[in-house]
Amino acid sequence: MTLVERIDQAPLLLQRWAVSFFPALLQPWVAMLISAAAIIGVFASLFALSTLAERKGLGRIQNRPGPNRVGPFGMLQPLADGIKMLIKEDIVPLRADKVLHFLAPIALIVPSLLVYSVLPIGRNLIAMQCQLGVLLFFAIGASTELSIFMAGWGSHNKYSLLGSIRAIAQMISYELPMVLAAVTVILATSSLDTVNIVEAQAGGFWAWHAFTPWGAIALLTFFICALAESNRAPFDLPEAESELIAGHLTEYSGFKYALFFMAEYLGMMAISGMAITLFLGGWQAPLPILNFIPSWMWFFGKLACFVVLFIWIRGTLPRLRADQLMNLAWKFLLPIALLNIGLAGLWVKSSGWIAWPISVILLGLAIVGLGRLLRGSRPRGGKRIYRYAD
Amino acid sequence: MLGTGILRGLKETARNVIGSFREKDRLPTVMYPEETVKTKENFRTFPFLVYDGDHAMPGLRCVSCRICEKECPPQCIFIIQERDENNKAVKHPRVFDIDFSVCMQCGICAEVCPFDAIKMDNIYELAGEDRFTGLLVDKHRLAKSNHYYHQIKPTEANEVDGRLAEDKRKAEEAAKAKAAAAAAKAAPPPTAAT
Ligand code: SF4
Ligand code: SF4
Repeated sequence: MTLVERIDQAPLLLQRWAVSFFPALLQPWVAMLISAAAIIGVFASLFALSTLAERKGLGRIQNRPGPNRVGPFGMLQPLADGIKMLIKEDIVPLRADKVLHFLAPIALIVPSLLVYSVLPIGRNLIAMQCQLGVLLFFAIGASTELSIFMAGWGSHNKYSLLGSIRAIAQMISYELPMVLAAVTVILATSSLDTVNIVEAQAGGFWAWHAFTPWGAIALLTFFICALAESNRAPFDLPEAESELIAGHLTEYSGFKYALFFMAEYLGMMAISGMAITLFLGGWQAPLPILNFIPSWMWFFGKLACFVVLFIWIRGTLPRLRADQLMNLAWKFLLPIALLNIGLAGLWVKSSGWIAWPISVILLGLAIVGLGRLLRGSRPRGGKRIYRYAD
Repeated sequence: MLGTGILRGLKETARNVIGSFREKDRLPTVMYPEETVKTKENFRTFPFLVYDGDHAMPGLRCVSCRICEKECPPQCIFIIQERDENNKAVKHPRVFDIDFSVCMQCGICAEVCPFDAIKMDNIYELAGEDRFTGLLVDKHRLAKSNHYYHQIKPTEANEVDGRLAEDKRKAEEAAKAKAAAAAAKAAPPPTAAT
């Protein structure tokens, strides 16, 4: 094994080395535990980093420096936040459903971590290679909706309930175009295995799915849905502070709140990881000569780009209205995603180049046309009609 | 086109982020305890008592006329006049307290004082633990030199100094004229004596 390969496989080698100390009977279990611990450790620290990046970045976007008091350049701010969260009083409303209220954050954090098991973080670095990886990812991811509703219902608070109802409506609506966008990749690679999907994109950035007409549109659709799925601005209706205080988070404090917060970031990173795996070549280097850089570095680099993009968008766009949200999902993203599946099929059957002009024309027409429709559906100018007021 | 507005917005925020590292007006925050904004000359907070010369108590301009005490809208000035051993009023305050927790920084006291003895300061870091030791300020803490006044408000202080000098000159002239008149009266023309 060359040195480059050794560095590339370092996490795996480390795990093997640690496992070798245990009796053969225990070894598979220990290996599993180690990968779980590594995932939790790595992504929890990434969560801390991205909260810092978010606060700093949002600050700069709003012409202020952001946190800069704790440690050099405010680097230790996440630590201070964590300590604050831990020592805060944990308040449970008197009339709350104690069991649901307690279980909701746990039921949210577990699937948020579980989805990482099928994400290939580097070459051979995957906690659980699974034939149905993509399916598993979406199935587990969908269960977070339940925990958010648990939180809203269990809090016995109308704001929480309204927030979680909104969350359910939003997440279910956006789940559909998101999965349909992922289906294009499954169609093209004829595999549900995340490792296979990444390997199908080997060779350089031109082999990535994002650089095909259907891939580009699917990535865009997927990204918009990812924003909505992780309840981030501009799709943060469930937690709209100006209307709902904090939605399903209203009655949570202390460490339970921190768990919700962490789940939001973990979900955001998991879904970005999935987008990278499906469309941006996973851990593949963009150019073959760059292969000397370890594969997991590429994955985390791309992940960092996604997180920055998430923060940037959050700092830029105002929150959508509920009807705009639904219109975008059902009248725009869904038809585009459906058309896109057809085009992906065409791409696979026609083996490439002939599909380019057809796809570009059809997608262009669809986007412009549906965009018009979306615009036309909102009342513009003229007299506003208030059906229920006055 | 669909999405161009979003791109424009993203461009604007990106310009903010990059600009905040290079341009001052894209990051106007002042790191307060370490650096402060330089206040304008006519910025005012609480009143202080001006004294002339090097010694605070004898130099106080205040003559204890109690006009400011009467004019102060929230009634936060408290004055007791000094008396000498014969219980005769002296033009000096024995007690001059201002309750900074009540003072609303209106500056009326400074406006009404006919002796330019009370002026508005520009300090603002006055947070304390106890209202009575921290914010009920006596004459010793209120007294600040004319030199200090010149430092914080040069234009106003120069104007005041000019006016006071003018008054003094006039008073002296009047006194001189009076003295001359008196002398003239005391020494009648020699011709009349004969
Ligand atoms: S500060 Fe001025 S107005 Fe007030 S008592 Fe003294 S001399 Fe009179
Ligand atoms: S500034 Fe106004 S409120 Fe304060 S002591 Fe002077 S007159 Fe009273």
